[in-house]
Amino acid sequence: MPETLVFYAFSALAIGASTLVIGQRNPMYSVVLLIASFGALSGLYVLLDAPFVAIAQIIIYAGAIMVLFLFVVMLLNAPREDAADYDRSHPLAHPGIGRFGALLATLLIVQLAWALTKVSELKAPVGSRSDGATVSSVLEMGRVLFTRHTFAFEATSVLILVAMVGAVVLARREVSE
Amino acid sequence: MDLRTIVQLVIIGFTFFMLINASALLVLAERKVMGFMQQRYGPYLVGPHGVLQPLADIVKLLFKEELRPKGADKWLFTLAPLLSVTAAFAAFATVPWGAETTFFGLLDKPVGLGIADVNVGLLVVFAVTSMGVYGIVLAGWASNSKYSLFGGLRASAQMISYELSYATSLAAVIMLAGSLSVREIVDTQAGTWLGFIPKWYIFLQPVGFIIYVIAGVAETNRAPFDFPEAEQELVAGYNTEYSSVRFALFPQAEYINMATMSAVATDLYLGGWHGPFLPPEYGWIWFLAKVGFILFTYIWMRWTVPRYRYDQLMQFGWKWLFPASVINLIVTAALVLYLNA
Repeated sequence: MPETLVFYAFSALAIGASTLVIGQRNPMYSVVLLIASFGALSGLYVLLDAPFVAIAQIIIYAGAIMVLFLFVVMLLNAPREDAADYDRSHPLAHPGIGRFGALLATLLIVQLAWALTKVSELKAPVGSRSDGATVSSVLEMGRVLFTRHTFAFEATSVLILVAMVGAVVLARREVSE
Repeated sequence: MDLRTIVQLVIIGFTFFMLINASALLVLAERKVMGFMQQRYGPYLVGPHGVLQPLADIVKLLFKEELRPKGADKWLFTLAPLLSVTAAFAAFATVPWGAETTFFGLLDKPVGLGIADVNVGLLVVFAVTSMGVYGIVLAGWASNSKYSLFGGLRASAQMISYELSYATSLAAVIMLAGSLSVREIVDTQAGTWLGFIPKWYIFLQPVGFIIYVIAGVAETNRAPFDFPEAEQELVAGYNTEYSSVRFALFPQAEYINMATMSAVATDLYLGGWHGPFLPPEYGWIWFLAKVGFILFTYIWMRWTVPRYRYDQLMQFGWKWLFPASVINLIVTAALVLYLNA
């Protein structure tokens, strides 16, 4: 089955790239590997018969958000990260933060384990859910998005607008008199 | 393998071959047109009237020494040109260039001229084109040189700014055609109004077409928007430190991107392979003619219009072009709703 082979290739790429994003120390490499990981995810969406989601993944994440990431890393000229010499006076280096992170990681693992036990209930192919919410057709997706999920959609757009205004306010430099 | 698969593989190979040739041809066309505009001959020594000049250039670039600055990042320095040229080639994958044909009865069912026809084709073109910026930005950063870095920064800022207007002008055409497949968009433009005006979207979307062309020139980093490689300020911009084949890949990517831009403009606004006088099997001649005209306009513009200033570029992109494209989109949406109701 060529589709299975392609699935394993994309999965391996996604997992490998994501592991390397946190596994190596050059922030520029992390950004590039994250883009590769997004590309592999988009390939998986194509295999799930959701081409629109795959392309949205590329346009929004790999195309727009990662350019911004790259821009920030380049402008700050972030140095290589080393484990030993972090600044202990900096609030982010506080062990409490580390413990919080460990808690979140544990929660994620529990959640993933819970989701995997439910796999048998999700046997139905993604494109053919009984509630008619197919993801393969752009028309259907638009219809569902603007009828059943209107509130969530509009709420998200307000949230993004607020975030945008907030970013402009934070980044705005006061003009000296 | 059945005959159909073989024919499709041949079409894919042919498209790839033509894209490679397009970049060579465009280099020559650019120098010849520039020569004509500056009242001189341009390249004249290699072959009759210098037509073999691109061949000589390619051989020269292949045999040059490959240099890499000591401070450059080894991996990203090599990856950047590859990314650039891969994105450029891949973007053409969902751009059809001819009507469906059976090759004069060779096949039972007609096959479309073009590599792939997917139902989100236009979005694929847009997504892959927007990947091209990584090649330039990474090249700028990995070279570890101030001119390259500034070229890369300018490229990313410019491409983010103009991508918005570019996508918004495309959205208006998508609404008119009611489809995201490029082939279907082209086929809705068959026929004429009143018997003599071709049903091309340029007549319904004149503002959209102008916005698309301006944003497209900025997306491909061509004059008058060629800030990433503004030679007076940045030596050569993001590719300053590159040499030999690695260098050659950047202009190649740029010329292929130009070809893709022109092909998309032809498919979306100029009716693709539809045109008078020719039977549909020869529609690709119309397609080539239209693409050729847009490419000539590109070159014409480069040697006519001086480069903008960088702040003017940003002002123009955000304060004029983007609002214009949004208004164009809203007016189109309202008209489509009103006329379809």
